[in-house]
Formats: sequence, C-alpha cells, structure tokens
Amino acid sequence: MIPKLEVQGLSFSYGSREVLRDLSFSVMPQEFVSILGASGGGKSTILNLLSGSLTPDAGEMRVDGAPFTGVSGHFAYMPQSDLLFSWQTILENVCLYGRIHGRYREAIEEAKPRFAEFGLAGCESLYPASLSGGMRQRAAFLRTSLCSADILLLDEPFGALDVISRGDMQEWLLSMRKRLSRTALLVTHDVDEAIYLSNRILILGGSPAHIVREFTIAEPNRTREWLFDQGALRGEIYRCIKGEG
Amino acid sequence: MKKSLPAVLICALLLLWEACVRMLHIPLYVLPAPTQVIAALIGDAPTLAHHAFISLAEALLGMGISLALALVLGVLMDAFPTFKRCVYPILVITQTVPMIVLAPIFIIYMGFGLAPKILTVTMMCFFPIAVSFADGMAEVDADYVNLLRTYGASRLQLYTLAKMPASLPSLLSGLKVAATYSVSGAVVGEWIASQAGLGYYLLRVKNAYMLDKVFACVLVIILLSLAMNGLIRLMQRVLTPQTHMTNEKNV
Repeated sequence: MIPKLEVQGLSFSYGSREVLRDLSFSVMPQEFVSILGASGGGKSTILNLLSGSLTPDAGEMRVDGAPFTGVSGHFAYMPQSDLLFSWQTILENVCLYGRIHGRYREAIEEAKPRFAEFGLAGCESLYPASLSGGMRQRAAFLRTSLCSADILLLDEPFGALDVISRGDMQEWLLSMRKRLSRTALLVTHDVDEAIYLSNRILILGGSPAHIVREFTIAEPNRTREWLFDQGALRGEIYRCIKGEG
Repeated sequence: MKKSLPAVLICALLLLWEACVRMLHIPLYVLPAPTQVIAALIGDAPTLAHHAFISLAEALLGMGISLALALVLGVLMDAFPTFKRCVYPILVITQTVPMIVLAPIFIIYMGFGLAPKILTVTMMCFFPIAVSFADGMAEVDADYVNLLRTYGASRLQLYTLAKMPASLPSLLSGLKVAATYSVSGAVVGEWIASQAGLGYYLLRVKNAYMLDKVFACVLVIILLSLAMNGLIRLMQRVLTPQTHMTNEKNV
C-alpha cells in the first residue's frame, strides 16, 4: 500500500542552526501517528514544513506518492493556540476554510449539524471569548476537520489546557478519531497523550533531530485504566526521549 | 454615586464661577457669567447652528478623507516595508509643523472656500488614524497569518480576513483621537480666513468683545467635538459587537 504521507531525507536550518537532518518517516492512510520529543526539538518545525509555512533545505515530501512543495492543500493544520478570530462568531470561525475557497454557504450547511457532535450545540452565534478553553479547542478542531484536506496536522492541540480539560479533550478526540476517518499527524511532548491516541509513535531525538525510534500501539479498545497499565512502555519511551534508550 | 461625581464637580465650579462674576461685578467683556453664556447661546442659536453646520461638514469631510487615505496608506505601509520606511518619517514631519502656520499657506493655494479648511482637518486627523491602523496591523499575531496561508488564503484575503479586522480596535482608537481634533481643525482653518463657520463667528464676536458669545461658541465647539467622539463610540459598538456581547452571553 502507498503511504498517505511520506517524508524522505528532510533537512532544515534556522539560519546557521541546523534543526532537522535527514528526517524520514511515513504515515499510512487513516493512521494516527504521533511525533514525540523534547520541547524545542523541532517537532513543530516538521508540521510547518509540511503545511508550507517553511521551506526545507533538502529532502522530499510526498502525499499519495506525489511530491509537493509549499502550501499544498493536502493538510488541515491545527496549532497549539486555537487561533479563533475574536471578531467572528464560532460559526463564522469554523467556516473559515470554506470562506477562503469561495464555498462559504456550503461550509455553513456542512458545519451546522456538526456542532452537537463537537459538543458545541447552541454556540454558533457566540464569540470565542464567551467559550471555555476546552470549547474553544473543540471549535478549532471543528474548523480543522471542515478543511477538505485529508491529512490533519495537530500541533500540541491541547497543550494550552489544564490537566482535567486536557484529559477530557483526549477522550473526546479518541472517540472522534474513528468517525473522522482521516490520516492524522500529532506533535506532542506528552507521552501519555501519544500512547492513548496513536497507532504509532515516532520519537524525535538528537541534534540535529531525526527519528530515533518507532513504537506501534496495537490496542483497539483504549481506556484510562489501560493507559495507567502502560508503565513499562511509558518508561521505555521516556528513556528514548532522554537519549538513554 | 461615583459616576455622578464629575457632574457634581462641574456644577459646583459653574456655581462658583457665577457667584464670583456677580459678587465681584466682573464686566461682560472680561468674563461673562455662565447664565449670560447660556442666554447668548439661546439668543444666537440660529446663527450658531448655521455656522456649526458648516464647521461640522468640514470636520466630517476631513475625517472621511483622512480615514480613506489612512486605510490605503496603512495597508501599503504594512505590505511594503520599504514604502513604510520612506513614508513614515514624512508623516512624522507633517505633524511637527504647527497647523496655524500651514493653514494660511493652504488658503493661499486653495482660496477662501471649503477646500483649505477640509485640508486642515485632514492634516490634523490623518496622522493618528494612519499610525494607529498601521501599528494595529503590524501587531497582528503571525500565527493567524500563517494559519490563513496554510488554508490557501491569497494575500488580499490575509488583509480582509485577518489583518484589517484584527486592527479595527486600534483604528477606532485613532479615530477617537482624530474625532476630537477634527472640529478644532475646522475652526483653525476658518479662523485664518473664511466667510462662515464657527471659527469665523468666533473671530467676529471676539473682535466685538462679546465674550458671552465667544464662550457660547466655545461651548458649541466642545459639544460638537464630544458628538464626533460619540459617533466613533457608536461605530465601535456596531463594528466590534464581540466586545459587548461577550459579557452578556458568557457560557
């Protein structure tokens, strides 16, 4: 099977500081893959390169086997901060992609029935400042899911939330994962989050960074109790991130 | 109680002023009592209204031109940093020359009609609007712009969807400052040379030592300036509903 996303020999530097060198990985269709690594290790840079915000120094990126560069339209990007426009209602915010591409009315029709599914029923005409942090993140996720792009790039989407809200959002994302049936690449430094949500975990390490190890999580029925029992895996991943594995 | 304190203070000062004028028998040509000012305001209301209408028209036209120019120049300065580096110092220099010096030059070039007064208002109002708008756009979080880029937004859409709406509060702050300048700008232009307007009226009654009418005219200028400021506040309420609705609809 051809991977949905394939990155081959990717390198990138911020000026004279080399951040990524010879980075290679692939993501299969509808697979949920997490990239785990220490803060400042180049995780977000990978998503910025894929989304076209940055240009790689070397290497190739392919979607469905076809190479691409710059802003490609293959990706729906969700940054750590919700980035909702404070002057727009939640409905207007979530339809941003449709508005940009001249399909605003269709986007509204598509978005309205999904508000309840995303736990946002009745919030259509509210402004972002009226919502809690978790609701804002769900609104941002709804905006991301309404992009016609078929690969979701999630850059620590729950990083700004408190521990309780973060746990709730992880539960919610896990339940949504199957219904969304999209390929997703999550960047996080939270080991539990990666174990709980992913089919596969890629450990980013070294300087310049590259993929140092890969873990496959096969468990189909995940619960918090199951997650609590993953102590050995958690320890192994942690040592790997610290460069001891 | 706290809200009514300024009104109480103003009333107390007016009473003190009235009492001083009456008890010390200060003549009208030196300092009129507040009641004399109100009497002049009512007695000369039709003439004042005529001149106020002209000054207000000049102020509104000048503000409109300033706003249009500021929007165009603000976007150009944001889109082309080299252009900003060239133009910004010129804008600053225009603000260092006193308007009382520039206004006669405008009259020499443009005659005694409305044009030099409108240009005076424009010169006074343009700078605060343009600078606040350009600064507002420069301060827009780059992450918003990046998000729109990854969604495939064009350069024009970056402005219409993010930069311009995000800088609206800054623009409105600049407009509030400009609104209070606008009436003064029109009066300065009329003061130099004109045949109508509050500046012309003010000059005429001042030369006749009718200080009750001078104060009545000053009162009208203050009221017009406050009305212009109120107009911008109304615009703010209409254009930024999120700031008012957020408190009413917290989830």
